[in-house]
Amino acid sequence: MTLPTGDTIGILADNLKLRNSVLPISKENAIRWAKGLELPRGGETILYTGIMYQLIPYIAAMSKAQELIEDSWMANFVSVGRYVNKLINVSGFMAKPSESMQKSYNQILVNIALLLKEAGVNFGYLYEEELYSGALIYDLGVDDILKDHVHKVYNTFKKYKVKNVITVDPHTTNMLRSVYPAFIEGYDLYVKSYMEVLVERNLQPKNELTKEVVIHDSCVYARYENVLKEQRTLLNRAGVTVKEPADSGRFTLCCGGPAESLFPKKAIVNAKKRVDQIKNAANNGVTMCPICFVNLQKAANDEITIDDISNYLVQAYL
Amino acid sequence: MALVNPSFIDEVKRSDEFNASACMNCGVCSAICPMGIELLPRKLFRYVLLGIGEKVLNNIEAIYSCLLCKMCEVNCPAKVHIAENVRSLRYVINKKVFKI
Ligand code: SF4
Ligand code: SF4
Repeated sequence: MTLPTGDTIGILADNLKLRNSVLPISKENAIRWAKGLELPRGGETILYTGIMYQLIPYIAAMSKAQELIEDSWMANFVSVGRYVNKLINVSGFMAKPSESMQKSYNQILVNIALLLKEAGVNFGYLYEEELYSGALIYDLGVDDILKDHVHKVYNTFKKYKVKNVITVDPHTTNMLRSVYPAFIEGYDLYVKSYMEVLVERNLQPKNELTKEVVIHDSCVYARYENVLKEQRTLLNRAGVTVKEPADSGRFTLCCGGPAESLFPKKAIVNAKKRVDQIKNAANNGVTMCPICFVNLQKAANDEITIDDISNYLVQAYL
Repeated sequence: MALVNPSFIDEVKRSDEFNASACMNCGVCSAICPMGIELLPRKLFRYVLLGIGEKVLNNIEAIYSCLLCKMCEVNCPAKVHIAENVRSLRYVINKKVFKI
C-alpha cells in the first residue's frame, strides 16, 4: 500500500506544531541517555542532540510492528487520521522500541559526550527543554509550520544564553547552521558538529586501532555542510585504515533514508545499493548519521557490519 | 492539450534561490539520480517555466520521492539549485493540493 502523501505530511506537520516533534517521544526517554553524566543544564556551549538518535528506535519499532500489514510505520498514524491525531496524542499507538536498540542508540550519545569531555570541552545540555530541529518538516517543504518551530527552538537557546551549539548528526547540523539563519533575523549561534570540535581541539588517541573500515559519508554532511575531512582525520589518526566505497566523499551515494517516511520501499532499494558498494570495499561500514545507520543496518541483513563512527572513536580516544 | 498558466512560476518562485531557468536541459541530473527519477528535475522545472502547472501536479510521487541528496546538484554544469527547487515545488503542492 502506498501511503497517502498529503495525509502523511499533514500528520507529521501537525505533530510538529502541536507536540514539537514529528513523532511524539516522552521527555523521559529523550533525555535518558544523559543519566549519570552530570552535564550542567544550559550554558554558553551546549550539546544539542536534536532528539534524532533517540527517535530511531521508535521508528524501527513501528516499522517492525507493521511489516506484515503495511509498508510503513507512518501507516499507523495515517490510519488514525489527521483529525483524530490533532485531538489525541498518538504516542499511545506507538509500538514499544526494543530495549537493546534504545540502549545502543543512547550509547552513541554517551560516546559523543565522553569524547567532548576528553577533548576538554565544557558544555551543557538542555534536557527536557531540548526540541527537535524540524528537519523532516523542512525537507517536506512545510515552511510555514517550520517557521514557528525554528523560533521556538531559537528562543530556548536564548533563554539559556547559548552561544555555541555542538551537534551530533548531519541533519540537525544543517538545520541549525544553514537553514535557521534564513528564518531568523540576526541569528547568532555558532554551530559545529562534534567531529569538527574534536579535530579543532586536536584530540589525540590513547589506543591504536588496527582496523579497516569503509566510510559511508552522509550526503548532508558531504554536500550540504562540507564535513568530509574530520571523520577521516579522526579515524586515520587512530590508526584505522579508511576505505572508500565506489561513490564516496562529495559524491557519496545516499542511504535512501529520506524516502522512509513516505516511500519506505524505495528507501530500502537504495540502501541495498549502498550496502553492495560498501561490501565491495570491505566488511565494516561506518556511518555518522542515525538515519544512515538504521537504514544501512537494516539493508545489510547481518551480511556486513554497520556501526556508528563514535563506537570506533571511543575505543581509540578514551 | 495542457493548460498554460504563465503565473504558475510566480507561485513556485518564492526567492532567488529558485533558479530553474538556469537549467540547460543537459540531462546529467536524470542520468545520475540514484532514485531513477527521470522527470526530476529538468522536465519538471521546464513545466514550471512553461506554466504547465497541471503536469507538475500530476507528478506528486516523483516530487516527494526525491531524497534531496544533491547528487544531481553536485554534478549539474549550470549550478541549478535542484534540491531547493524541489522543496519549492513541495511547498506549492502542500498549499494548493494538500491544503497544509
Ligand atoms: S544537470 Fe542541471 S543543467 Fe543539466 S538538466 Fe539537470 S538541472 Fe538542468
Ligand atoms: S536530489 Fe538526489 S534523489 Fe533528488 S533528483 Fe537529485 S539525485 Fe535524484
